[in-house]
Amino acid sequence: MSQTAAEFADLTLQDLAETEALDEITLKQLARPSRSLWSNAWRRLRKNKMAMAGLIYLAFLLVVAVFASAIATQNPVRADVATAGTLRQAAWIEDPNPLKTGSWDYPLGTDSIGRDVFSRLVYGTRVSLVVGFIPMLVIMFVGVPFGLIAGYTGGRIDNLMMRITDMVYAFPALLLAIIMQISFGGSRVGSLLNGLVLLFLSLSIVNWTGVARLVRGTTLSLAEKEFVESARASGASHGRILFKHIFPNTLGAIIVAGAFIIPTAIISEAVLSYLGVGLRPSVDLGSPFPTSWGQMILDGSKFYQAQLWMLLGPSLAIALITLAFTFVGDGLRDALDPRGID
Amino acid sequence: MLQFIIHRLLWLIPVIIVVAAVTFALMLRAPGGPWDLEKPMPPSAIENLNKQFGLDKPVWFDTQGFSDARDAGVRNPITLAGELLDTQFFNYLGRVFRGDLGPTYASVGSESVQDVIKDKFPVSLRIGLVAITFAVLVGIPLGLISALRQNTSVDYVCMFLSTLGIAVPTFVSGLILLIFMSRMLNISPIRRPDEWHGFFSTAYLLPGMVLGLGTTAYVTRLTRASVLEIKQQDFIRTARAKGLSRTNVTIKHILRNALLPVITIIGPAAADLITGSIIIENIFGAPGLGSSFVTSIGKRDYSMLVGVTIFYASLIALANILVDISYGFLDPRIRTSR
Repeated sequence: MSQTAAEFADLTLQDLAETEALDEITLKQLARPSRSLWSNAWRRLRKNKMAMAGLIYLAFLLVVAVFASAIATQNPVRADVATAGTLRQAAWIEDPNPLKTGSWDYPLGTDSIGRDVFSRLVYGTRVSLVVGFIPMLVIMFVGVPFGLIAGYTGGRIDNLMMRITDMVYAFPALLLAIIMQISFGGSRVGSLLNGLVLLFLSLSIVNWTGVARLVRGTTLSLAEKEFVESARASGASHGRILFKHIFPNTLGAIIVAGAFIIPTAIISEAVLSYLGVGLRPSVDLGSPFPTSWGQMILDGSKFYQAQLWMLLGPSLAIALITLAFTFVGDGLRDALDPRGID
Repeated sequence: MLQFIIHRLLWLIPVIIVVAAVTFALMLRAPGGPWDLEKPMPPSAIENLNKQFGLDKPVWFDTQGFSDARDAGVRNPITLAGELLDTQFFNYLGRVFRGDLGPTYASVGSESVQDVIKDKFPVSLRIGLVAITFAVLVGIPLGLISALRQNTSVDYVCMFLSTLGIAVPTFVSGLILLIFMSRMLNISPIRRPDEWHGFFSTAYLLPGMVLGLGTTAYVTRLTRASVLEIKQQDFIRTARAKGLSRTNVTIKHILRNALLPVITIIGPAAADLITGSIIIENIFGAPGLGSSFVTSIGKRDYSMLVGVTIFYASLIALANILVDISYGFLDPRIRTSR
């Protein structure tokens, strides 16, 4: 029963060889050890140079995020009082004022209150990765079961559930996130982990609808396939059909969608922080999530004429991380769904 | 078709109600009241203002008024419902459907939200129009060229640029452009307020183009994909075989059919442009509705936030409906199947 498509293909090939007497050479050329869908996809992904470059960059960021305290040259929150008002320049820039001249202790200079821009950038990686992944997981935990149930049950329940998603989908995601941030910013939820927990909620409250619609559509078309029918005929329960037969077949589309949700969430966090309703600024020297790139952009946009890297650093960081995720997402789509949905 | 249009337009009503209810509920529990100005007002003034704006009424349902009226012997269901719904939310909702989004709190009632929208939205609209025009004028030719020259270096460059355009948010590309212009070219892209007047002011060009970058990239990709598909169709071979010129086939047969799917992105693009405009206007100092929205975040001007959110949500919903309808008009197959 649980034969994969590849095994099945190998079987028929052997049958073919017996009945039609294919000569041995052709058989050797055609037959190869059976591979699962996933190892096939991984092989295709590995051939995609852009996607691999993206993956390597993301792995690098993960290392930076985990070992931030070892990589950062200064504490990201401690202000260097001596250069507070002077805005020390990046390390390679000479300036007549010795306090402004760059030093490799502060590779990208200091910000308006004398904090090290490079170290803040390093710690900001943590927020961006966390704020990309966790809302994605929340969205999946809500959207996937919702779509599976709606698509599988069909009829009235499906209709009702889709009306609900249509309704939620009508909200402009960023505007609702802004209002959520304002509304709950002062509450208990809003103060957990500098407001990160609230951000996870705000960033997933609308966007689960996209996944729900996608999964429902896939489920609808899968439910009519022969293998589902045969499972039902052999007496499988609804739960078994959903989880053993339909869900594994939606995974490809879900993974691709997930890869594109992450950069969207990262950008949204940056925008919210830029508008001053994102992460709370931290003054705690030991905080694990002291700042985000969006916050740095907010600071930097006021001082970029005097200290370029305050703005350019976080801007480039966001551009690169979203680019990496897009390359990986494109690669995953090509690898998992060669026909393409685009 | 008409039935379909009416059906889709009616869908707007529940959308507006739900958007209004949710934003209203969220704003209610937001910290700080509307009258928290720098200098505190005397309690009597606050009471008067509350009465003036109906804020002394219950928030959702007036059960007190309802039972009072019933005890007084009123049995007319319409009057009873009127008593029950004479509340902050339902009065507000009623005014919304009459096009009145209420006074802005920041102006202590002298200016209404719809006045601000009327005043500021044209600026946003012009920037948005520049963005869409840019997306169409650049995206469609780029997509067409890269599809016709598939797998050449031209194609690769176009595809790389469009990936860049999709991946990098306008927020970041706007900032990088700002840095580039002010540091390298020594021009400040931020214009004086008086430069934003007039329909054809050049001030709109730069923010409009930056705002349109993402949409341009999508249009390019979509045009390319759909031209590639159309190119292989039998009717293109027929057109070539009967000796039509290359340009004729490209424009009349390929492009005309390939543009259909491109229309679908107008819906998502509207949402993109609106959320994008909030940031872009802020970066370039454009006096549009997006900038006002950001200012009201800082001022905690809740009526403005709720009003503009409702306005934007209905705009996006309307754009999506428009896409559905135009799709029906443009593709005869869809029209007849309904």
